Amino acid sequence: MPLALRLEHVSFGYGHGPPVLRNVDLGVERGEFVAIAGPNGGGKTTLLRLVLGLEQPTSGRVHVAVQRRGYLPQRAQTAIDAPLTVRELVGAGRVARSRLFGPLSGSDREAVRGAIERVGLRAQADRTLSTMSGGQQQRAFIAKALAGDPELLALDEPTTGVDVEAQEAVAVLLQHLGRELGMTILYVSHEFGSVEHFVERIVLVREEIVFDGSPEALPGIWHDPSHVHA
Amino acid sequence: MLDLEFMRLAFGAGIVVGLLAPAVGFFLVQRRLSLVGDGIGHVAFAGVALGYLLDFPLVLTALVVSVLGALSIEFLRARRKTAGDQALALVFYTGIAGGVVLVSAAGALNVNLFQFLFGSILTVTRTDLAVIAGLGVGALAVIGVLYRPLVAVVVDEEGARVVGLPVAPLNALTAALAAVTIALAMRVVGILLIAALMVLPVIAAARIGWSMRSTMLIAMGIGLASVLTGITTAYYADLPPGGTTVLVAAATVLVGEVLSVVRR
Repeated sequence: MPLALRLEHVSFGYGHGPPVLRNVDLGVERGEFVAIAGPNGGGKTTLLRLVLGLEQPTSGRVHVAVQRRGYLPQRAQTAIDAPLTVRELVGAGRVARSRLFGPLSGSDREAVRGAIERVGLRAQADRTLSTMSGGQQQRAFIAKALAGDPELLALDEPTTGVDVEAQEAVAVLLQHLGRELGMTILYVSHEFGSVEHFVERIVLVREEIVFDGSPEALPGIWHDPSHVHA
Repeated sequence: MLDLEFMRLAFGAGIVVGLLAPAVGFFLVQRRLSLVGDGIGHVAFAGVALGYLLDFPLVLTALVVSVLGALSIEFLRARRKTAGDQALALVFYTGIAGGVVLVSAAGALNVNLFQFLFGSILTVTRTDLAVIAGLGVGALAVIGVLYRPLVAVVVDEEGARVVGLPVAPLNALTAALAAVTIALAMRVVGILLIAALMVLPVIAAARIGWSMRSTMLIAMGIGLASVLTGITTAYYADLPPGGTTVLVAAATVLVGEVLSVVRR
């Protein structure tokens, strides 16, 4: 399979601080589901932000071959004061795929509707986010990331702080997106819960990549990915 | 009241500003930049002073200097060279100090600056109204056409960057629209009160609206009603129109709060 992205000798530090990532080499094929794990401050989120172009490497090179990207940030929420409906939030995720000027076209509205249905929020489409549970809000943000028909979906701690039912729903959805639609998925998390049974590749990050392989090949002491010790 | 031409001109300018100020303010409030209008207002004062010094039309110099000030705030904020409030403070105080020095240099410290600080809608001329209506309708059209990308940036700026939206130009456009609004509204409510007309109707509408779009439209309705009520009340009660308009807008926040409590 052709590569979706490649990081070559990438290092990164914030400002004049110590390096967060050192000499990272990583290649991800199109359609691959890659779980990225590691301790707090280990550089998981930074790795994702480098891939998405939100940060630039101090040294090395990041090459992303896919054009359409969807992103679910950590603890996704919006700071706006006005009431925001699920449909409006998901519609904001479609803007880059539609014409920039004027209202959404019929096919774009259909894509928004499809993304909302895919995360199981059809009945809540016109409800405001502030009236919904944390799990439902998280699913709405995933729908926003899906609305632009991404080839690469980057999720940062998508199930943190949501109930088991929502975690199951996210797991089923991701399995469908990965296996049936061939989407490349980067899944950053401390804990993999419901997605653990279909993760095929796990990358452990602690300033550098300390493990890259199948979960079965993971050394015993690393089975809790949040407590990686060098 | 409408037999008098100066009142008809005042209502004409008031209608445009009443609709435009909350429409632009809506995007500033959602981005937690409510006080940017105040900062640009102080820069507009320097523009008025520059107009006196160069003997240029004051609205024109205020417009140019306001746009430059607004873009400076946005540049400093976006580059993260300074925190948002520090960027605002820098431009805010430079604007007001520059204004005082320029007015003094123009030998115009004794002119009636009061009308720019607190508004003088009853002195709007036909030419003023043509400028306000032309630029105001143009600014509203830009907001209408670019509503979706502007909302996408407001809702999730990083997400907008990831999917390739032109975030920096859209933020610069919002800043420029704010500057245009302030230059136009200077005569209606004054430099010191214009930010209120951009922010208070939006705060009130957020307590009444059921979606982003409805909130923005309600805010524009409240802005329009505040200006019309303010001018009318000021005419009959012999009060300053600018201050009266802003007090009406402030009262709508209270009404909005009561309505949201009743609705719960």
